[in-house]
Parts: sequence; C-alpha cells; structure tokens
Amino acid sequence: MKASDTKQKKIVINPVTRIEGHAKVTIRMDDKGKIDAARMHIVEFRGFERFVRGRLYWEAPTIVQRLCGICPVSHHLCAAKAMDGIIGVDKLTPTAEKMRRLMHYGQTFQSHALHFFHLSSPDLLLGYDADPAIRNVIGIALKYPDLAKQAILMRKYGQEIIKATSGKKIHGTGAVPGGINKSLSNEEIALLKNDIDQMLEWSVQSVDLYKKMYMDDIDRLSNLGSFESNFVSLVRKDGCLDLYDGLLRAKDKDGKIIFDKVRPIDYLKYIREGVRNWSYMKFPFITSLGQEKGWYRVGPLARVNNCDFIDTPIAEKQRQEFMELGKGRPVHSTMAYHWARLIETVHSAEKIKELLDDPDIKGKDLVTAGKRRHESVAIIEAPRGSLFHHYKVDDNDQITMANLIVSTTSNNEPMNQAIRRVAEDHIAGQKKVTEPVLNLVEVAIRAYDPCLSCATHAIGQMPLKVKLVDFRGQVIDEKVRG
Amino acid sequence: MSNGKITIYVDDVEVETEPGKTIMEACDASGIYIPRLCYHKDLIPGGHCRVCTIKVNGKPTNACTFPAQEGLVVENDTDELKEFRRNIIEMLFVEGNHVCPYCEKQGNCELQALAYRLGMIAPTYPYLFPKIEVDASHPDVYIDRNRCVICGRCVRASRDIDGKSVFGFVGRGNDKHIAVNAEHNLSETQLTAADRAADICPTGSIVVKRTAYKVPYGKRMYDQEPIGSDIEKSAKV
Ligand code: SF4
Ligand code: FES
Repeated sequence: MKASDTKQKKIVINPVTRIEGHAKVTIRMDDKGKIDAARMHIVEFRGFERFVRGRLYWEAPTIVQRLCGICPVSHHLCAAKAMDGIIGVDKLTPTAEKMRRLMHYGQTFQSHALHFFHLSSPDLLLGYDADPAIRNVIGIALKYPDLAKQAILMRKYGQEIIKATSGKKIHGTGAVPGGINKSLSNEEIALLKNDIDQMLEWSVQSVDLYKKMYMDDIDRLSNLGSFESNFVSLVRKDGCLDLYDGLLRAKDKDGKIIFDKVRPIDYLKYIREGVRNWSYMKFPFITSLGQEKGWYRVGPLARVNNCDFIDTPIAEKQRQEFMELGKGRPVHSTMAYHWARLIETVHSAEKIKELLDDPDIKGKDLVTAGKRRHESVAIIEAPRGSLFHHYKVDDNDQITMANLIVSTTSNNEPMNQAIRRVAEDHIAGQKKVTEPVLNLVEVAIRAYDPCLSCATHAIGQMPLKVKLVDFRGQVIDEKVRG
Repeated sequence: MSNGKITIYVDDVEVETEPGKTIMEACDASGIYIPRLCYHKDLIPGGHCRVCTIKVNGKPTNACTFPAQEGLVVENDTDELKEFRRNIIEMLFVEGNHVCPYCEKQGNCELQALAYRLGMIAPTYPYLFPKIEVDASHPDVYIDRNRCVICGRCVRASRDIDGKSVFGFVGRGNDKHIAVNAEHNLSETQLTAADRAADICPTGSIVVKRTAYKVPYGKRMYDQEPIGSDIEKSAKV
C-alpha cells in the first residue's frame, strides 16, 4: 500500500533530543485517525566500514572507537577481539583478559550511569509532562542534588577505570591485537579500590530506587511503549550473563530458545541484515524466522532475560526479583530496560571489585600471538546491546572488508515498535501532538538507546522539530524546541 | 679564538663552539633547542624542511646546514620565527592526511610533537585531502605516504647508512613524493625491518609492522615533555 493510496496524516518528530546523532520520527495516521505506521528514520552513513578498508588490521581498534563518544570502549574492545582472531589468538593471557574485562566493566558502569541519570532520569523523576526547560540533568541537579552528584561521581569512577586500563578516559589505546599494552600498578589499584564500595552501594540504591518507581506506577510504566519480541545476546558457555565474551543465544517471546551456543564466526548463518526502502539503516533479523518475524531486541533487557544466572551475588538476587515480573516468561516492558540496566550496573561494580582484588591485573605477561588468519568475527555486549565486528584481512595485513552491526541497528525495529505503541495509546485520533505526548515518544526511544551516532555514523545535534503533516504532505501543525 | 673555539650569539646568549660545526650542532651542544624535522643527528643534513629557520645577522637561513662562524648573531626563539615555523608545520598537515587520533605514531611522532610545541591548534590553511594508497606489500614494513612530509630522512638513511638506496624523491612541487627503488612496490626492494631507513621516519609514514600501540599512554616519547626537552636538559653549564 502506497502512502498516497489512503488519506493519512503524518506527525514528524525531528530530531529526538538528548539522543546523540540525527533521528526523525514519523507517525502516520490514516484518515480515520488510526496509526498507520510509526517509523524512526536514521541517516545511516556506513563511513567507518569504508574508511577502515585498506588500513592495517592493528589500527582497527583505534580507528573504530571514534564511531562513538559514549561507548568507544566497546568498539575498541570488539575490534581488538576480532584482531585477536586475525593473529590466531583464541585465548589471551590472564592479565590481558582481565585488564580488558576491567576496562569493559568500567565502560558499562559509566555508560549505564550516564544513560540512566543524565538522559533518562529527568523524565522519570521530574515527570514526563514537566517543562522541557527543567526536564533535564540541570533540573535533576536542582531538585535532587545528592542524586546528581552521585551520578557524576559514578560516571567519573567508570572513566577512571577506563583511564587506568586504556591510558585515557576516552579513546585510549589499551587493547592491542593479542592482548593489552599495560597492567595496573599497586598505586592505581589502591586508588580505584578506595571508592569501589561506595560505587557498589550507590548502584544498589539506584536499582532499588528505580524498582520502587516502577512498581509504584506499574500499570503505566509496564505498558509505556511496550510490545513482545525475540531477544538476542551473548551468554557465557554455562548460561551465565557475560558482557565481554561468550556465545550467541536467541530466545523467543515466550522464552523458548531459538538458537544457542552460536560462535561469533558463525553469526551470518543465524542473523541476516535486511533493508527497507524507507530507511538507510539495516534491519537485522533471525534468519530462521524471516525478516517479518525475525527482528529482535538487544541490550540490558535482552541480556537479563536471556541469561540463566548472574555470577555476582547482589546482581543475581536483583535478577531473580526482576524476572518475577515476567511470571515465567521474559520481561517485555520497554521501561524495564532501565531496571535491567541498573542490575547490570550493580553487576559491573561487583565485577570491578572482584578484579581489583585479582593479582593477575598486575601481571606482566600482556600479549600473545598465534597463526595468522584471514577472517574474524567478534561480538561484545556493548552497554546498549550486542555489537558485531566482522573483518577480512589480506596477506599484506590490510583490511579488505569490515561489517559492523551496532546495537542501535538491532534495536531499530524495536524502537519503531515502541513508538508505534506510544502512538496507538496516546496519539491515535488526535489532530495535535501535545508536548507531553511528544516526550513520551522520546522516553520510549531513550529506554533503548540514547545514542544514535554510532548507528548513523554521523555526528551532530539539532533542535527538536515537530511537524504534523496530513496525507497530502501539508503541514497542519508544527512545533520547534530545543 | 686562541683555543681553537669560536663564539656565536644566539638570542643574546654566548655559545662557544668549534669551527666546522653547524649552528644547529653548536646550539644542541649548548642546550639551545632549534626546532627541526628533516634533520637527524646520524644523517648528513638535508636542508629540506626549513623548520629550523633562524636569522643569521638578520637574514633567514637553515640552522641545520649553516656553518658557525665567529661572531655570528643568531635569532632563534622569537615570535616571528615561531610563527614562521608553525606555518610550515600547518602546511605539512594540510598537504597530507595526518589523522593523529588513530595514527600508530601518535605520541612518538615528531610532526605531532612539533605542532604541540609550536602551539598549532588546528591548521588555518585548507586541507588538500590527497588520495594516497598505502603500500603494505612488504612483509615487515609499510609505507603510508598519507603521512609523508618529504623530509628525505629515509632517502639519506637508506643510501648513506644502509647502503641500499631503497628510497628516492620523484616529481616536483606538489607532485614530489617518495618512490621506492622497484618496479611496483616495497616488497620488491632490499629493505628489511632492521634497516635504519625503516625506523628513522619522523612521522608514521614508514613503520615497522606489528609494533603499533605497544607503548601505553604516558610512556610514549612526547607524553611527558615537549620535543626538544632532551636537548634543553643536556645543557653543559
Ligand atoms: S617517508 Fe618518512 S622519512 Fe621518508 S621522506 Fe617521508 S616523512 Fe621523511
Ligand atoms: S631541519 Fe633544517 S631544513 Fe629541515
């Protein structure tokens, strides 16, 4: 059915504020005011995949991290893992593995703290309908100064971990093919140990705070932008949550396994990337289910739903409580993403604590090598979800092919679903889009991903522009803010 | 003069040296740093880059090639010369594709270090964005001419130290570039990773493979102190 076939109105939300990158939301209604389609358009320019072609393979971890200003460490580590494969290394030295993990937990900790406190908590704590002028991190700082301070310090702590492991708070060079270029000194460990108990305590408080907010308002929050889906994530061989490494698992909406124990190198047999004529972005799907039914969600909710257990005690207890929401099925609520995210924040803090006590992070055996290969795939659980890096490297050590599937790409269809749900609940039948309703659309998107820049591979922030367009393309309402 | 020494005056400082030394050598020995790029102490000076431009008795010239003579009055650390040198560095940046953020020479690169020392924030000239392919055909060394500043160190090192003449200049003006002594690429030359020519490049243009990013931040050549500090600290007082 072509857009011109029926009488439709279009509501355009462009771009979404507090999300990195450039996104435009279109909500199309037919002449009866029913939601016909809800789509987020992302200008995807796959520049980096082209850019690394011809470059030397050891440069990839440093080049690709420039994709993103919020989670560069994920790209850095994922490319390094892929390049381990290229130089034939399947097992790192204990020091290298643990240093990289520490870097990753530090990254997850700071990214989750940023995501929740800076980008999402203003909506949750100040109300979705609060004045946009104060519904931001400054508003939080004014009304909840202690919380705001805690958020800043949590972020800072994660960044200190990144600095200690990669050399810099952002865009470091720690991970090299086959290992790492440094271990920790006693002074560095002592410094990081000073604050870890406080960090863990604050993480637990955050998850408890969110849990209470969610349960107090469960009818509204469990429905906001919600729908059912498949889930994809890495899990450790034994089914444990693992953010750094593991095998791919997919579950369906009832929690039944679709595939399990899939090695990264085999991902193309299980996941394909589809295209749609209205978006530059790719739409990955589970091959066996086909493009229509095979889309899936990634990220904290997928990971907590998919794993059998978590190997740190506090996070595991939180997980068990969380899973009760699903009553034996996976939890599907969009707003449960934040809850799962905070469980992972606790898990990361527990892992950091464990690693800081491990003598291996002081080790001197940093790099190892094996027999050269020509193709390699690595997957890491980036803060926002599974991140795939696939490379081919020729005999001259030059990269000839790169394919990246970032979490925002996987969550592309889910975000459309979330917008559609919000539109159905709040916009259908209306002639105007009110400020709070607009914001609900953004809230739903932000639960998945406040960072579109890595998916769009473009940089830029623009003010929010809202257009209500009828089926002839004529603007009948327009709002600009930001 | 009676003891075989001569004296020159560099920014009003008396510098004693011997006949036969260049102004750069005289200054180096006295702890006075003159910025330089194509000069290398193990090579015959080339005088290509002009980063070492000083004024001798009021006239601009190269410190790396100009012989010290009794009583010369030299200007070095002046605002005018610093700006001149910064302009040269800026031009080198826009002529090539110098992507410091991911270049494996970062922290150890003389071009980057000079840019920092001379206070270059960003080039003020328009970028030329030349399209240049990497030659990674050699098993152990690659040449990425995107980062070449045509200093000729590799040419001199290969010819005068390695005795191989693997590298040479071809073309003129904007087209001037480094060529290899082979029909197609570096793999057909006599170059080995142990050659002096393989590790004398001031930028990331000629690099020994698989050595990238091994040194962590903080421990790289120019992480702690600006380029030239070693000379300034070695002053014989
Ligand atoms: S390759 Fe390096 S050493 Fe040779 S001319 Fe270019 S910059 Fe100088
Ligand atoms: S250092 Fe003297 S001309 Fe280059």
